[in-house]
Amino acid sequence: MFDDPAVWLPFVFAALMGLAILIYVILDGFDLGIGMLVILTPPEERDTLISTIGPFWDANETWLVLAVGLLLVAFPIAHGVILTALYGPVALMLFGLILRGVAFEFRAKVPFERKARWDLAFFAGSALAAVAQGYMLGIYVMGLQVNAQTVLFSLIVAGALAVAYSFMGAAWLILKTSGPIQLKAITWARRGLWGLVLGLAAVSAATPLVSIRIWQKWTELPAILWLAPLPILSLALIIGLWRFLATLPRPGDRGAAVPFLMGAGLFLLGFIGMAYSFYPYVVPERLTIWQAASAPESLRVILIGAVIVLPLIAGYTALSYTVFRGKASQEDIH
Amino acid sequence: MDSLILSRIQFGANISFHILFPSITIALGWLLLVFRLREAVTGDSKWQRAYQFWVKVFALSFGLGVVSGITMSFQFGTNWPGFMETVGNVAGPLLGYEVLTAFFLEAGFLGIMLYGSNRVPGWLHVLATVLVAVGTTLSAFWIIALNSWMQTPTGYEIIGGVAHATSWREVIFNPSMPYRLAHMLLASAMTVLFLVAGLSAYRRLQGDRSREVVATLKGALVAAAVLIPVQIYVGDAHGLNTLQYQPQKIAAMEGNWETGPAKPLLLFAIPDQEQRRNLFEIGIPHGASLILRHEWDGVVPGLNDYVTAEGEILHPPVAPVFFAFRVMVGMGMLMLLVSWTGAWLLWRRGVEGLPVWFLRVTTAMSLSGWVAVLAGWYTTEIGRQPWLVSGLLMTRDAVSPVATPMVASTLIGYLTLYVVLLIAYVMTLLHLARRAAHGQRLPRDPRDVTPSPLQPAE
Repeated sequence: MFDDPAVWLPFVFAALMGLAILIYVILDGFDLGIGMLVILTPPEERDTLISTIGPFWDANETWLVLAVGLLLVAFPIAHGVILTALYGPVALMLFGLILRGVAFEFRAKVPFERKARWDLAFFAGSALAAVAQGYMLGIYVMGLQVNAQTVLFSLIVAGALAVAYSFMGAAWLILKTSGPIQLKAITWARRGLWGLVLGLAAVSAATPLVSIRIWQKWTELPAILWLAPLPILSLALIIGLWRFLATLPRPGDRGAAVPFLMGAGLFLLGFIGMAYSFYPYVVPERLTIWQAASAPESLRVILIGAVIVLPLIAGYTALSYTVFRGKASQEDIH
Repeated sequence: MDSLILSRIQFGANISFHILFPSITIALGWLLLVFRLREAVTGDSKWQRAYQFWVKVFALSFGLGVVSGITMSFQFGTNWPGFMETVGNVAGPLLGYEVLTAFFLEAGFLGIMLYGSNRVPGWLHVLATVLVAVGTTLSAFWIIALNSWMQTPTGYEIIGGVAHATSWREVIFNPSMPYRLAHMLLASAMTVLFLVAGLSAYRRLQGDRSREVVATLKGALVAAAVLIPVQIYVGDAHGLNTLQYQPQKIAAMEGNWETGPAKPLLLFAIPDQEQRRNLFEIGIPHGASLILRHEWDGVVPGLNDYVTAEGEILHPPVAPVFFAFRVMVGMGMLMLLVSWTGAWLLWRRGVEGLPVWFLRVTTAMSLSGWVAVLAGWYTTEIGRQPWLVSGLLMTRDAVSPVATPMVASTLIGYLTLYVVLLIAYVMTLLHLARRAAHGQRLPRDPRDVTPSPLQPAE
């Protein structure tokens, strides 16, 4: 059945879109997280925090444009249905992203006495974007139904995702800073880990309860056997993270990348779980990826470009992270 | 006010705010490359200082462009789901290629361009600057291709009410695309040249006597004086192309109601769509016929040809198109006057001899490119109405069913945010110019010892 382009093209695009969302959540997750942590630091330390994301944030947000772009171009009907249903939170997220993006630039250029104001805007924008994204995740999991219960659930997910992002921000700081700021980041990471746990637990527990189809997918044999590693690995990662953070900082700064990688691993596991639950639907329980897909000839045209360009993007993203590897330093000025 | 008109205002506000920043980054990317290469060739440090100043303006403008661009990618779904449902098969790949080939290129290499000069070899830094400039221009290429396709669609067929591409070459290089692309790239160049000339003039007024300001002021004025006639020529060719493919837009631009020969070029009029006539007219006899047909008695299309027997109006609202077009042309003429006067003054007296009044005028013209760009886009976009895609999809049929109060509240939110950000942007440009002009003489806050990533090592 997968030799028919009308069947495999939508599948490939769903996979690409999922990948873009996952990369976005991990990458922009850490820089939104740092945006929220900024408020916890005194003004003289903020430049150091923000310099760890300076070269990356533009490219990180581009993954969101790619994800929404793929939804738009590959599943235009779903794009309309989902974004119309999430109209309010999408607008709030965009306000947040605009505010933090411009605050990032303005804070470095305005007269000194106005800098604190833009720091506040940077925090507020980051927090608003994170909370809005969590809320949208919640409503999506609830099948885009809006009522008192789903809103309450989504608010819990919103808070959890914001804290989880700040965990990723702290883990990034552990990797990119040293000295007193790194010590603070270790504390923040330990305090923020619960956000990741709560978010994973809430989404995992709620998803099968919303739909009988998803419940059956998770509980039938033999699926349950090869799905079992998902929760087991997640639990192991959480316990491992908690214990590892207690051992930081280590001599010679060994293992500074581990919390970030383990955090990213948890996001990956959560993502796999969700992808398994919702497949083949792009609009939960309403539109499958095949019902919502664009015409095969259009998908084919984009796929040719994507196959050529995505490795290049991966290449220069890797180049950028290599050029700016190591601790963020104050030499990073132009 | 229903959600159709509110959605239109919101989309218009979003895209107007967005286009301001690409208008700057498209050409400024190439100008930065010029600075970078002249530094490499001549070894003169003034080019490095010019680069350091303008790269800050670039970073700030780029940041605003990115965040407002993200907003655009959501607007289609939140407010115009009918657009992608009907023409998604054509628009999708164009937008997809914009993100894949352009957006990532710009954003990916911007980090190296802004922060990498101490970390990468010189050739890689130059390459990053080239790739960022290529990225901004490619981005314009894809977006202009899509916009032009919406104006003059070709290379598609309709199957079951949905557009399917039959020839991607015809979709991309549709009839109005080359004209619009050339017109927009030149518009970006003019916007940047006037911004550079304006802020350089401002710095001289602030007492800045540095050599880089002399170089940028002179270079920008001369380049503007050379390019503005080219832009006027391209604009005229674009107009003739519109006459061929969208005559109703030309009719609205000219304020001409009845098709006929020997039409005047209206310098000013008050078009009244209710009475279907102009309440007041000042014109040059035969002017429109001459410009559009290059004939004394050339026939000029009239708006009344675009009203159906049932009374449905299939031409754009006249007054906004008529006035926006005049604002654009008027601003272009002003730019011609200022840049030629500047070139003449430079030739006679040199930069040191530029009178204060001229520096003030040039400063006042810093954002003249923005006015012309917006007026031009309003002319062509409102001029496309009532169609979203000419002859294929009506704007009113694409709007989302989101409740009016919801759209009203997001519209107020966006407008407030944009006004605040525009004020902050302009104030920051002036502040950057003043800080550069006064150099070390401005007292620095002693706590400000950590150089933030985007400040130069002073």
